[in-house]
Amino acid sequence: MARASTYRGLPGFGLSLGFTLAYLSLIVLVPLSAVFLKTSTMSWPGFWQAVASPRVVASYKLTFGMSLLAALINTVFGFLLAWSLVRYWFPGKKIVDALVDLPFALPTAVAGISLTALYAKNGWLGQYLEAIGIKVAFTPLGVLVALVFIGLPFVVRTVQPVLEDLDTEIEEAAASLGARRLQTVWRVVVPSLTPALLTGFALAFARSVGEYGSVIFIAGNLPMVSEITPLIIITKLEQYDYAGATAVASVMLVASFVLLLVINGLQEWTSRRSGREA
Amino acid sequence: MSFTRLWARPLAWAGFTASFLFLLSVTVLAQTTILNVSYDVSRELYKDINPAFIADWKAKTGETIVVNQSHGGSSKQAMSVAAGLDADVITMNQSPDIDILVERGGLVAADWRKRLPHDAAPYTTTTVFLVRKGNPKGIKDWDDLAKPGAQVIVPNPKTSGNGRYTYLAAWGYALQKSGTEAAARDFVTKLFANVPVLDGGGRGATTTFTQRDTGDALVTFENEAIAIGAELGTDKFDIVYPSLSIEASAPVALVDAVADKKGTRKVATAYLEFLFSAQGQEIIAMHAFRPRSEEVLHKYASRFPAIKTFSVEQTLGGWDKVQKDHFADGAIYDQIIVKR
Repeated sequence: MARASTYRGLPGFGLSLGFTLAYLSLIVLVPLSAVFLKTSTMSWPGFWQAVASPRVVASYKLTFGMSLLAALINTVFGFLLAWSLVRYWFPGKKIVDALVDLPFALPTAVAGISLTALYAKNGWLGQYLEAIGIKVAFTPLGVLVALVFIGLPFVVRTVQPVLEDLDTEIEEAAASLGARRLQTVWRVVVPSLTPALLTGFALAFARSVGEYGSVIFIAGNLPMVSEITPLIIITKLEQYDYAGATAVASVMLVASFVLLLVINGLQEWTSRRSGREA
Repeated sequence: MSFTRLWARPLAWAGFTASFLFLLSVTVLAQTTILNVSYDVSRELYKDINPAFIADWKAKTGETIVVNQSHGGSSKQAMSVAAGLDADVITMNQSPDIDILVERGGLVAADWRKRLPHDAAPYTTTTVFLVRKGNPKGIKDWDDLAKPGAQVIVPNPKTSGNGRYTYLAAWGYALQKSGTEAAARDFVTKLFANVPVLDGGGRGATTTFTQRDTGDALVTFENEAIAIGAELGTDKFDIVYPSLSIEASAPVALVDAVADKKGTRKVATAYLEFLFSAQGQEIIAMHAFRPRSEEVLHKYASRFPAIKTFSVEQTLGGWDKVQKDHFADGAIYDQIIVKR
């Protein structure tokens, strides 16, 4: 009942909802339903063969596994970065702040080529890593490096404004009530940032799952080892197998959608919880 | 000063400029323009072919024409044409990319191979090895690439014509040597087990081999191997010619549907015929592709050592069969690459 009254109070609900739905359909739903329509031209056995062959399954594992891992790494280090940028002043802070957005602006192919040049066995970093037995370029590890690079801005940029709005008075209150510094961070700051962290995580993850341009250069693209799902889709397109390509794409879409739904639910749950506690 | 006097000069200039621009646009519109849609690494070749053809056409007919070119991965380019890119002619590096335009919407007439000499392929190239200077691993022939411990850089056969030819060359070599398909399959399995990186296209593989210092041998087209020498210096790499390789012919075709719509059939056909002319063949040879003309080939003999080759059509039963048996999803290539 309470929810019903919130929108009835505002005029223009019908219009704005209508506009929202029409806009979303045009921009998102129509292209996506084309994917499912094209897929539906396939028979069930054909579909199953396209989406569940060992090579494709191996690529799902790599793509989703590395994307989750990269998003996790970005969540931890993105949080630290946002914290330093909001809470401290240091010379060159503005420049560091601008650097965070660079992975957004850089064409992904450029990112891929420079990372490969850096981590190849004759590269600046690669030559030392190779010496101690760590291979980055042309291995699944390379995929992770590229995904961490392109996912960096998401967590920083979602956490930063929330952290700026977070009153230091709350932390002072916690301290005056006897909380130690770590306790304050862990029990006061982190819970109020969790929704923002989860959003950043979801965005970084979603971006990584669909990433093609930068990964393709550093991955090595070996079937069963370092072949990402977007490459499988491109490969099928190159062979004029439109239906097969859209079949794999639809599996990716559904999986991503479910994962994002779970993350959004989690975010809602934590924000309600921290809201009630506050 | 009256209004007219003050504005007479600028107005005259404006009028003059406007009429000039108008005339210019009319001439541009009246000028015949043809579009050549081609694959990735033929960019430099057609940059030289086009001005030569334009001059030739002008001398013959007095007409000034414009030739535009578009390059990209060959299958992608063919798809663009199928989707409506107005190409008058397409120049590819494997015939399936032209056949697809016959199948989809009949943009190209089914007899395109018969309309020009040499099955409509003005030049060929072949698959060779590029090794590091002095050939430290002693790579002489295909067998050396399949030995344990060798590292071979090959572009992805699933996404590049270059890689497909490499795979088929290895297959054909093993087939000729052993005579059985089982042995050929075993041989390519061993060879591809030695591939540490599968780049999307020929250029990507070149970068991996030359810039990233990865691999003992790069297997690629002869023209690419020669271009690497010209670009990066012949003191870094050696070209090795295997005992048997594949003939990769680059087919060209008129896109009938587009040429008829635009009324460019005559000039577009002349453009393709020019590729087979003495002058066209000469330019082709200078770009390290093997010309069809015996005369021109003889002239550049030092550049193109004799090599025994077989073709997809003669030995492997044509592209349709190869596509179905080897490269389709779940076919031989998929099986051997998963097992590696």
